[in-house]
Amino acid sequence: MKDQPNIILQAKNITKRFGGVIALDNVNLDVHLGKVNVIVGENGAGKSTLMKILSGVYPEYEGELLLNNEQVNFNNPKEAMRKGIAIIHQELNLIPYLSIAENIFLGREIHNAFGILDSRQMVKQTKKLLERLDCYLNPKTLVSELRVGEQQLIEIAKALLEDAKIVIMDEPTSAISDTEVESLFKIIANLKKHNVSILYISHKLDELFLIADRFIGLRDGKTVGTIEQVEGATKDDLIRLMVGRDIKNIYEKDAVTFGDEILKVKDICLPKATNKSCFLIENINFSVRKGEVLGLFGLMGAGRTELLETLFGLHPKIMTGSVFIDNKEVKIKSVMDAIQNGMGLVPENRKEDGLVLPMEISKNVSMACVDKVVKNGFLNSELESLLSKKYIESLNIKTPSEKQLSKNLSGGNQQKVVLAKWLATNPKVLFLDEPTRGIDVNAKNEIYHLINTLAKEGLGIVVVSSELPEIMAISDRILVLSNSKISGEFNQGNANEEAIMKAATA
Amino acid sequence: MTDLKSILVKFQSIIALLVLCVVLTILSDKFFTLENGWNIARQISINVCISVGMTMVILTKGIDLSVGSILAFSGAIAAGLLKYGLEIPSMNTYIGFTVFGAILAGLTVGGGLGVLNGWMITRFKVPPFVATLAMLAIARGATMLWTGGFPITGLGADFAIIGTGWFLGIPMPVWITVIVVVLAVILTKKTKFGRHIYAIGGNESAARLSGININKIKTWVYAIAGILAAVGGIILTARLDSAQPNAGMSYELDSIAAVVIGGTSLSGGRGSIMGTVQGALIIGVLNSGLVLLNVSPFWQQIIKGVVILLAVIMDRLNHPNED
Ligand SMILES: Nc1ncnc2c1ncn2[C@@H]1O[C@H](COP(=O)(O)OP(=O)(O)OP(=O)(O)O)[C@@H](O)[C@H]1O
Ligand SMILES: [Mg+2]
Repeated sequence: MKDQPNIILQAKNITKRFGGVIALDNVNLDVHLGKVNVIVGENGAGKSTLMKILSGVYPEYEGELLLNNEQVNFNNPKEAMRKGIAIIHQELNLIPYLSIAENIFLGREIHNAFGILDSRQMVKQTKKLLERLDCYLNPKTLVSELRVGEQQLIEIAKALLEDAKIVIMDEPTSAISDTEVESLFKIIANLKKHNVSILYISHKLDELFLIADRFIGLRDGKTVGTIEQVEGATKDDLIRLMVGRDIKNIYEKDAVTFGDEILKVKDICLPKATNKSCFLIENINFSVRKGEVLGLFGLMGAGRTELLETLFGLHPKIMTGSVFIDNKEVKIKSVMDAIQNGMGLVPENRKEDGLVLPMEISKNVSMACVDKVVKNGFLNSELESLLSKKYIESLNIKTPSEKQLSKNLSGGNQQKVVLAKWLATNPKVLFLDEPTRGIDVNAKNEIYHLINTLAKEGLGIVVVSSELPEIMAISDRILVLSNSKISGEFNQGNANEEAIMKAATA
Repeated sequence: MTDLKSILVKFQSIIALLVLCVVLTILSDKFFTLENGWNIARQISINVCISVGMTMVILTKGIDLSVGSILAFSGAIAAGLLKYGLEIPSMNTYIGFTVFGAILAGLTVGGGLGVLNGWMITRFKVPPFVATLAMLAIARGATMLWTGGFPITGLGADFAIIGTGWFLGIPMPVWITVIVVVLAVILTKKTKFGRHIYAIGGNESAARLSGININKIKTWVYAIAGILAAVGGIILTARLDSAQPNAGMSYELDSIAAVVIGGTSLSGGRGSIMGTVQGALIIGVLNSGLVLLNVSPFWQQIIKGVVILLAVIMDRLNHPNED
């Protein structure tokens, strides 16, 4: 006999508007007690918006929230927290120059009658809390010294300190390594044992099957159904729930005939700024031909991002080695030089490095090639709109208009704006650093096809990704980086997951 | 409903300004007169010039505390060169200056000090607050040295025209200010340079990765702020027919107030020149109104402070999600 689900939190007929945009349209959601409730949906479906309502970030909306069958209304995240609902945003909210313990107790410091902090007590409690999460970091460590995955753990610990009954995680795995994902899943299992309910959002469909107890589909701001029975469900079922139709989720690359060599790098080294005998990347040699997609694989910290940054002119003073474009040696002393020589870089972190969030989409698109929208010495807003409209259409960016501020777009659509910015420069060589991070299946496929199309147009493309299946599907050739050096090279023919993983951990 | 609200929000400074004018007209029969109008316009023009530069600086997430001192120094340089010329005893030379030459020298000095600000900030990564605070002291000291602590007066009718003359029925300072404002609006809204200013203030890291030369743009912005402070200094000197060593004291505060009341965000990336002009108008009208109404100077200060707070609170309410 199947037991009746125990519903801890219920959202009823929630509608949320932003000006004219309806982000949520009569959404209903049940959160089952002690279960991992997974929400799936395409970019812009309204997942994050819904989570922000549940956790008090957006106090204004239509509809009602029932917590344990009691109507609640949160004016701010703190109130939600007091009722046991904690949210872990994708962007981490820790203070870098405070210690782990200080961060965890921020705003809830323990002090004596004279207002003097009792740091011993706080350190002790932090230690206990961390141990519950199987984490043995020293509570006095500064947060700035932690890796992203560890920082995330601290956020979770913070939620546990408040004794959260419901923990919301919005794309928690998009920026952490596989081993960190594993330990996160262990923590989630552990939380479940303590009857904590989890709301979980991710675009990495494969990993969802490892933890989900049920799936809830959100599409265009509406709830479109749930899958209560996880066993037996397939990835295709999930995709159908999200997109509403079957899509071919296996991407097959069209063959492209390669042209001449477009990029060659020789003996590229980047010593650490603090210690010249230590290398962040060491003796890198490779070349890319027109039409070729070169995949760069490696674990976190292997030097992938540093390599792209170095080639893009971000470390001109300390890097050594030479770069050839179109068989001519080029001196790249700055990002401007890189752009002028036909390079483009879609950075790993769209919010921090990719976009000017408070600016319109159109201005972000033209940012790296402003000259294109200058007429008679002045910026021409018609040209600018035209340029961005072209990419809004071809990249299928979901927005009411090109004048929308970038910060109002959903994560996936922001990523497309960054891509548009670089495509607008008409690059010869495009570096893509984790281009599909936080992007839904459908859009991922669109981006894969886009990469293919660009290759056909004769671009040389270098893609960094930490998702092995992805890099195997889209690359013609794969270079593996490990400990700052190239540790393996694979062609499409002889690439297999095991061999690549082995090279990556060499 | 929402439309009406957004319109009210958009024009809140202008509405505030109109309300202020109506109230003052009712309270004093001397307020709504052409003479008083020109008077206010002339007084405001200096603050507007400075504040236009300040706006650009603040848009890049910076601040310029040195504008008052730069104003004094460039005014004194122009006045001194005009009156006494430049004597270089070691080379046994004397250079005389025309009105035009003296003005040009004043502007160059203002721009030069601005470049120095920019250089400290971009090359040595001195925080703008500190770099320009140092310049505030340095330029004031230099003014004292240059003037010996005494006003330089009697600069001649040709020079005085800049401050007191009329052209086509409009005071010269107003003409100059209008030109400055028009150029600045075009610069910030219509050129690549202006776009880069907004981009840097909005997200410096993204701007750098887009190939924008951050250091160059910032240095230029501080240079422009310096030049516009010098413009203010020359107008002031010409109007008083005298360069005062303590001219422009605490002008940076009125200027920052105008920028902030005009809706430019101190965290950079959002705001406009026209907003600042409105901000400066509000402060100017308020100042002159309070004087007309014989409000004590002590109360004037308090009222000004309250207005600044109100303006920023309104701004916060309209942009709740920014920090
Ligand atoms: N502050 C805002 N102002 C205007 N529109 C907004 C705002 N926040 C979200 N939206 C819009 O609401 C819709 C839902 O956005 P939301 O961020 O919830 O999507 P999401 O499902 O989390 O997508 P993703 O998977 O890309 O993160 C989008 O169309 C987005 O453009
Ligand atoms: Mg989201």
